[in-house]
Amino acid sequence: MLSIAKILKAKEMSRCIGCFSCMLTCAAVNQHNHSLAKSAIKIRTVGGLSGKFVAVVCAGCKDVRACAQACPSGALVDRDGGGVNLLADKCTGCQKCVAACALGAVTFHSATGKPIICKHCGVCQRFCPHDCLDMEEA
Amino acid sequence: MLYENTVKVLYVDLSARKIRIEKRADLKDFFGGVGVASKLLEENMKPELDPLDEQQTAVFAIGALSSIYPVITKTVAMFISPLTGELGESYAGGRLALTLHMAGYDAIVLTGKANNPCYLSITRQSVEFNDARPLWGMNSDDVGRVIREKEAGSGKRSILRIGPAGENKVAYASVCVDTYRHFGRLGLGAVLGSKNVKAITIIGDRDIPIANFAEYFKVYRAIYDKVTDTEIMMKYHDVGTPINVATLDAMGALPTKNLAQGRFEHVDAITGEAFATKNLMRKLACTGCPVGCIHIGQFRREFGKGYEYEAVSVGYDYEPIFSLGSFLGIKTSDEILKLIEAVEKTGLDAMSCGVALGWATEAYQKRLITTTETMVPLEFGLTENYIRAIWNIAEAANDFYTALGRGSYHTATVYGGQDFAMTFAKNEMSGYHTGYGSVVGSIVGARHSHLCNGGYALDQAHKQLAVHEIVDALLKEEKERCMLNSLIICLFARKAYDRATIIAACKAVGIVLDDADLTQIGEKIFHTKMRIREKLGFKLEKVQLPRRFFETPSLNGVLDETVAKEMIGMYANRVATELNA
Repeated sequence: MLSIAKILKAKEMSRCIGCFSCMLTCAAVNQHNHSLAKSAIKIRTVGGLSGKFVAVVCAGCKDVRACAQACPSGALVDRDGGGVNLLADKCTGCQKCVAACALGAVTFHSATGKPIICKHCGVCQRFCPHDCLDMEEA
Repeated sequence: MLYENTVKVLYVDLSARKIRIEKRADLKDFFGGVGVASKLLEENMKPELDPLDEQQTAVFAIGALSSIYPVITKTVAMFISPLTGELGESYAGGRLALTLHMAGYDAIVLTGKANNPCYLSITRQSVEFNDARPLWGMNSDDVGRVIREKEAGSGKRSILRIGPAGENKVAYASVCVDTYRHFGRLGLGAVLGSKNVKAITIIGDRDIPIANFAEYFKVYRAIYDKVTDTEIMMKYHDVGTPINVATLDAMGALPTKNLAQGRFEHVDAITGEAFATKNLMRKLACTGCPVGCIHIGQFRREFGKGYEYEAVSVGYDYEPIFSLGSFLGIKTSDEILKLIEAVEKTGLDAMSCGVALGWATEAYQKRLITTTETMVPLEFGLTENYIRAIWNIAEAANDFYTALGRGSYHTATVYGGQDFAMTFAKNEMSGYHTGYGSVVGSIVGARHSHLCNGGYALDQAHKQLAVHEIVDALLKEEKERCMLNSLIICLFARKAYDRATIIAACKAVGIVLDDADLTQIGEKIFHTKMRIREKLGFKLEKVQLPRRFFETPSLNGVLDETVAKEMIGMYANRVATELNA
């Protein structure tokens, strides 16, 4: 399922039905956890019957990656096609990457003490029943 | 419960503002969901007291597999019903099961009564008793909005609330869950109102490592693909449950104008297809359900001269279309949405409310009541007057509406017209006049709902069943659903979750059981519920059957009351034998 050259894009979020299958499967596959809070993609809602859902997820920056730039220990390295890969051994858990992302797409895994970084693996897209998510060629 | 040998129960004493947590190993035998909730209700209920006495209890529970597999999305609530005076049981979807699971509670037991209106904020770490005095009197929509803006945890949070009907203890007041789902039936809203609980929020973000990822995800994926790629769940997503409107009308089984007829002359304007073409604006899902059966419709309301319009969004389903549509002779989808909106805002059960208004309309036609009682003329098809009547019920506007707020059975004992007060053992009927399966199934069912044993489906089966076969099938299916509701699988997915799938899903998270265990779980829960019913004084032989069920032809022709009573007697004997064994 890992697709190095592709980038996840939440393109059609107006179609989202709010099932959270993307979050449940991301947390399961990438963190082996049942908790929604462990997902790299986060679906937010403003509530109400007409409130739309939005996806907060790594945009796959291609130029300067703010998260990597903020990392003092070199634990975030550029990923081919966009975004970053986490080198867990080098991560000190300082959370500077969390603050650095302008989208708020990086969250922190309290149990492992490491950030939750989107791998652009496409599992969320595979388990989206309403075609909201797309894996774009980088 | 998941990966643990105990069931974690949060007890909240509203009078003392104290909480207590117990991890109970003994409850594991009940598996979860309705099993655990039944046991907790049995332990904490006070049969000798009024259903709305502050010492009564309201229990919420999730199941053994809640929210870790697709479409296992429901939470059960159990209580003594103020509508029937006996077993109260209701299910809601939304985000509640997931948040309870993430907060780490398998069940919550609410007892006592808060001094002042309050709303509870429940997290893994604490339970806050917040002041809800400024929220008292607010409609269900507004309460949701206020709390959403005030409380943290968007996306990981569930919000339950009652409307004015619950505050005024209408016996069929509902509890709205996350805006578009409800604990609809049997009056949980009144129970919360009687405890001065306006709302409950639950927030959870617990860390739950998966014990055996490879096996778990293999089963997850197979179930996900089954529910999304195959036909099984298609009907619930596409047109949704309102697909039944045209089907039941064609069968002559669509309860229309207080069940004076089984077909509706204006049905074409209120079918699922009509709603989909004219009003449908989006579909939504409960958390963890990739099917997405929730249909939101929109209508345009003119509120002033000079082209002043507002767009109003309302969720719709088959049941409210029958109860607030054909049952009241409402001719357009827009008007039905207006009535659903009124029911949503006031916080009433759409089914009981519509059916009670059906009785009131016929009683008004027959001059058992006049505008002295009804305040506005009640006539089939008159939407605006029904909207006023709905608010009158919710606000207990006079003696008549106070009585109507106790249910149609009760009101008919006061004003007459019991032959056409369309209830199954005091619970207003559901939208299926299909035959003995429906009538007998709903009466014998533990909570008198069509969902207890799906009798209406038996009536629609190709094979004509003998009466004793129907009784056997009802009993078997009710036990099976007790088992499914211990998990708690949304019943829409019951065909996707066959027993082999359930066994595999359990095994992947370390719960080892076989076919015989599942049967035993169903039986144990069923017997617990029957025992509760008995303790609450319910006797099948005392149930009065409204004449109308045996006058208006059903899908299976005109039903014979003697046959129905014979079937009820057979069922009662079967249950008595089992309980004595």
